[in-house]
Amino acid sequence: MSVSESATLSRSRTRSLLARLEGPQTMGRGPGFWGGAALAVAAAAAYPLMADAWTVGNAAYFLIWTFMAMGLGVVWGYAGALSFGQTAFFGLAGYAYGVITLNLGAAYGLTLLALVLAVAIGGLFALVIGYFMFYGRIQGVFIGIVTLSVTLVLETFMAQTAGPQWRIGEARLNGFNGMSGMPPLTLPWIGGDIVLYPGPSLYYLLLGLVVVCYLGLRIMLNSPFGNVLVAIRENPHRVGMLGYDVRLYQTLAFAIGGAFAALSGALYTAWGQYITPSSMGLTSAALPIVWVAVGGRRDITATLIGTIVVLAGFQSLTIYGSQYALVVMGALLLLTVLVAPQGLIIGAMTLLGRIFKSRKS
Amino acid sequence: MTDILKVQGLRKAFGGVVVANGIDFSLSAGTMHCLIGPNGAGKSSFFRLLLGEHAPDAGTITFDGSDITGLRSFQRIRRGISVKFQVPGIFKALSVRQNLEVAFQDHLHGQSLGATIREMLDFTDLRGNETTPAGILSHGQQQWLEIAMAVGVEPKLLLLDEPTAGMSPDETRKTGEMLHDLNSRGITILAVEHDMAFVEQIARRVTVLHFGSIFASGTIAEIIDHPGVQEIYLGTADA
Ligand SMILES: Nc1ncnc2c1ncn2[C@@H]1O[C@H](COP(=O)(O)OP(=O)(O)OP(=O)(O)O)[C@@H](O)[C@H]1O
Ligand SMILES: [Mg+2]
Repeated sequence: MSVSESATLSRSRTRSLLARLEGPQTMGRGPGFWGGAALAVAAAAAYPLMADAWTVGNAAYFLIWTFMAMGLGVVWGYAGALSFGQTAFFGLAGYAYGVITLNLGAAYGLTLLALVLAVAIGGLFALVIGYFMFYGRIQGVFIGIVTLSVTLVLETFMAQTAGPQWRIGEARLNGFNGMSGMPPLTLPWIGGDIVLYPGPSLYYLLLGLVVVCYLGLRIMLNSPFGNVLVAIRENPHRVGMLGYDVRLYQTLAFAIGGAFAALSGALYTAWGQYITPSSMGLTSAALPIVWVAVGGRRDITATLIGTIVVLAGFQSLTIYGSQYALVVMGALLLLTVLVAPQGLIIGAMTLLGRIFKSRKS
Repeated sequence: MTDILKVQGLRKAFGGVVVANGIDFSLSAGTMHCLIGPNGAGKSSFFRLLLGEHAPDAGTITFDGSDITGLRSFQRIRRGISVKFQVPGIFKALSVRQNLEVAFQDHLHGQSLGATIREMLDFTDLRGNETTPAGILSHGQQQWLEIAMAVGVEPKLLLLDEPTAGMSPDETRKTGEMLHDLNSRGITILAVEHDMAFVEQIARRVTVLHFGSIFASGTIAEIIDHPGVQEIYLGTADA
């Protein structure tokens, strides 16, 4: 192959990848949608200019959770397997980030390595759990039960690691109180590392990550792989009878979802410089399901928007007491199930789409 | 002519119900063959055994020269067996186009995928319904869509379980033409069918299954004249 030929080939590959940003598995297409998306990102990018550092750090906190939500969207909304235990991968990666950074330190951008390793550990753990579940023919509601058990077992285990014997290198696990004091993310830079404390710099990094992950997921979901995932959700038996190894696809989707939860977990630890076993507890495990269900699980855009909106609402309610906020979350979930089972944001987006169409015609 | 499928001593029982009672059966490559028998005779179960959805208690299945008895379903499909089920097995919430994409995307990509999907839309008379959710197609259209999907895996052998169930006479005749078309492209077809007119339209040879055993096998004329077959099957076919 000549150089120009291979250049054409890679260009056409890039083009076909970009074409997958739109497709039947994701809502939103055309200049209107992408213009709106660009505006939303621009507004989000301008936000730190208008708010104080503390508020911006708080907004960064919302962004952290969107990865776990999008991952759950892939597993539950697209592949049809309701995981109740995404927090297992979240927590494992959160602890992994702590253990690795407390041992390696924060110099030379080693925190970024810790982030990558933590995501890999969480994703690998999800791959193993997924393998045993799907190859063990566990289906339907039992997936929820198994995954919930996994996260609760991890929580219970971590809660009893208070003794001094529970240490990995320099890092004490600290039982119920959890780990703290690990370094935040640092970017190696000429003339001194940039430390990403909660504030504008971390916010921009997270915003960039959200955009990249969101676009990457859109491409994946509209690819042949995504096609097979939604087909499995609709009729796994038929998918097998088209020659696909259904268990393999389910396991891979689960691992991807787990890696996204792990990304949230590692970022969460880096953001607040602490992680506790309760991050894997029942309440924590239930919340991602609420965000994804309320926004809409069958569309990645709805999941993303829904999660941010619900989180922001939750945060403003927590001022009045966290128990109260949880009750409202429960009520919101109930309302969604009763009024718009496909999700409030999806419902709104479908409605908007219809209005647009009828205007045009 | 070589046998594309050879089944020997196939046996399967669910508790007391024997769905396959030592079936010996072979199918020449390139033919169209019909499997008939009264309700509950074990026709669908025979298909499920061929597809690896049930593990046989005894017996072997040889397909295209190799023993596939121990293979998983998806592996058998990859070897070249494809199926249209008795109950339409399509992705109801997905568009017609997506249904076809999932079926064809493993073998075809890019422009050839698009071209083949257009060809299949014409073949099934579903042009113009590309974006329709498959679940709201008419029953006959769903059957055709599933036949088209079954073709997507590039099968050597196509199993069809009652492809014309619930179709109008017109649709049934058209289905027969579709199957002749597929057969002329080299696909061997084994179809379970109740409608004798349709059986005559597509097949020259027929096998009768009764209580999980092969009761008779022969040309259509032989089967229709067979006194035992009339008793167990044809006499009750109109019921
Ligand atoms: N998984 C199973 N467990 C127990 N019994 C079964 C099972 N599958 C089939 N059977 C029984 O085996 C017998 C054969 O069923 P099968 O569906 O193969 O018949 P069929 O010839 O396809 O009938 P029809 O013409 O009604 O489609 C029936 O009595 C059925 O109840
Ligand atoms: Mg049957």
